[in-house]
Amino acid sequence: MSVTVSIPSAFRRHTEGLDHFDASAANINELLDVLGNRFPELKPHLRDEQGNVRRFLNIYVNDEDIRFLDKDYKFAEGDDVTLVPSIAGG
Amino acid sequence: MSTQADTKPKPTQFYELRCRECHTPWGNQPISFCQKCFAPLEVVYDWASIKPQISRDEIARRGTTLWRYKELLPLPDEYDASLPVGFTPLVKATNLGDALPGGSARNKSLYLKNDASCFPTLSFKDRVVAVALAQARNFGFEVVSCSSTGNLANAVAAQAARGGFKACVFIPSDLESAKVLGTEVYGAQIVRIAGNYDHVNRLCSQIADKHRWGFVNVNLRPYYAEGSKTVGYEIAEQLGWRLPDNVVVPMAGGSLITKIYKAFKELVELGLVETKNVKFFGAQATGCSPISTAVKAGRNEIQPQKPATIARSLAIGNPADGFYAARTIASTGGWAEDASDPEIVDGIALLAETEGIFTETAGGVTVASARKLYAQGRIKPEETTVLCITGNGLKTTDVLVGRYEASEPIAPKLAAFEEYLEQKLTGVYEAFGEARAGARGGVL
Repeated sequence: MSVTVSIPSAFRRHTEGLDHFDASAANINELLDVLGNRFPELKPHLRDEQGNVRRFLNIYVNDEDIRFLDKDYKFAEGDDVTLVPSIAGG
Repeated sequence: MSTQADTKPKPTQFYELRCRECHTPWGNQPISFCQKCFAPLEVVYDWASIKPQISRDEIARRGTTLWRYKELLPLPDEYDASLPVGFTPLVKATNLGDALPGGSARNKSLYLKNDASCFPTLSFKDRVVAVALAQARNFGFEVVSCSSTGNLANAVAAQAARGGFKACVFIPSDLESAKVLGTEVYGAQIVRIAGNYDHVNRLCSQIADKHRWGFVNVNLRPYYAEGSKTVGYEIAEQLGWRLPDNVVVPMAGGSLITKIYKAFKELVELGLVETKNVKFFGAQATGCSPISTAVKAGRNEIQPQKPATIARSLAIGNPADGFYAARTIASTGGWAEDASDPEIVDGIALLAETEGIFTETAGGVTVASARKLYAQGRIKPEETTVLCITGNGLKTTDVLVGRYEASEPIAPKLAAFEEYLEQKLTGVYEAFGEARAGARGGVL
């Protein structure tokens, strides 16, 4: 599936300045692999040493936090994926 | 926005931002997370330089506002300290203590830190906004903003009006009307978002990434959050420069409880109080309890929740400081409890009926959770315990609709009142027998 990833400004020095990136991936894990391979400097910021999504990285598919999605959630064509480092607020 | 690590603090500023995880210093600039590892930033201080400037006597000579702790806050060289924010009452709560489990211990050492009376907008958010707007001016922002569950919007709108900022605040569309009106009245622009607070918050992170606005709880958040420390400083000073045994703190994003902990630690480091292992207890609404759920499960990692509670000011399902709040609670030997919606309303009523303090739903959460903590024996009656009451009940009267019946009016005649007295007030006078006898004799 083709999905569009929104890249926050803090990540753009690792993504050649791109603020959006169109990727082909079936699910979140595959997408993180695609992003890590395409942007090697971004890779360590996506997952920790155990392979889990980093604590301070929030990922949303359309409007939904991925932690609310089924573990085997499969992307639909045109899904929007948003990366937000270190959620603030409160 | 500058993201360079080489921004040096001014010589007169004994603080700077540092990453909470990798400890990289970032000087002073409007950013909230580490540009290297993306973990949150916090303010660290040069205590060796600050310590000679501050003492109990020096603080005592100053006005009773949060500005009396100016050296302990990340304030720029120039700021407006004319707004009397903070230094709210610490109230001995003997009646509430009697009503809580653990025996009718008249000696129950229970206190309320009453930010329901905080100036100017009746919640503890006035504190954090005071510090944030000092930095907003320092960084040259003309527009200030926030994502808010209500109280913060009130505080930003009011202090922006006074300070000459333009204010644009973002709120979930289902907020209590009093909190919406209490923002609009100051002339702030309100953007209502069709979603919950976590949707609002995510959007604000994206807006702050694009627009040069001073979001008090996004790009100014490290400074803003330090304002919460003043709750801790005041508790210690008002107890006669000593620390309590326990504090019970409501948790939304989880920042307040970690900042009270930080405040106590700093006071010990500065030699202003004796060291003590204060236990930190967190309180949440059961309908939005990601932090208390984590604490009860013995973990610090937070699983977000979708809020469903009347305590809208605490309805943050993805708390920014949840991990740190859970860690603070666990490391101090405390605990976390949560309260259902009916328990929250009962907590509001109990506090009002026993201590004459009308708190909002967050305060109901705190009282209801404290009741459980006493019942469980986690808080002992003889221990000095402070409940943090963070907001005012006049803002959330909607949750009390239906609890109290409107009485039928009576004729403005003494005979009508005497009849009313017999029918309706018998119970009142049975409780005060002498007064009843006096009333019958014509003397009230």
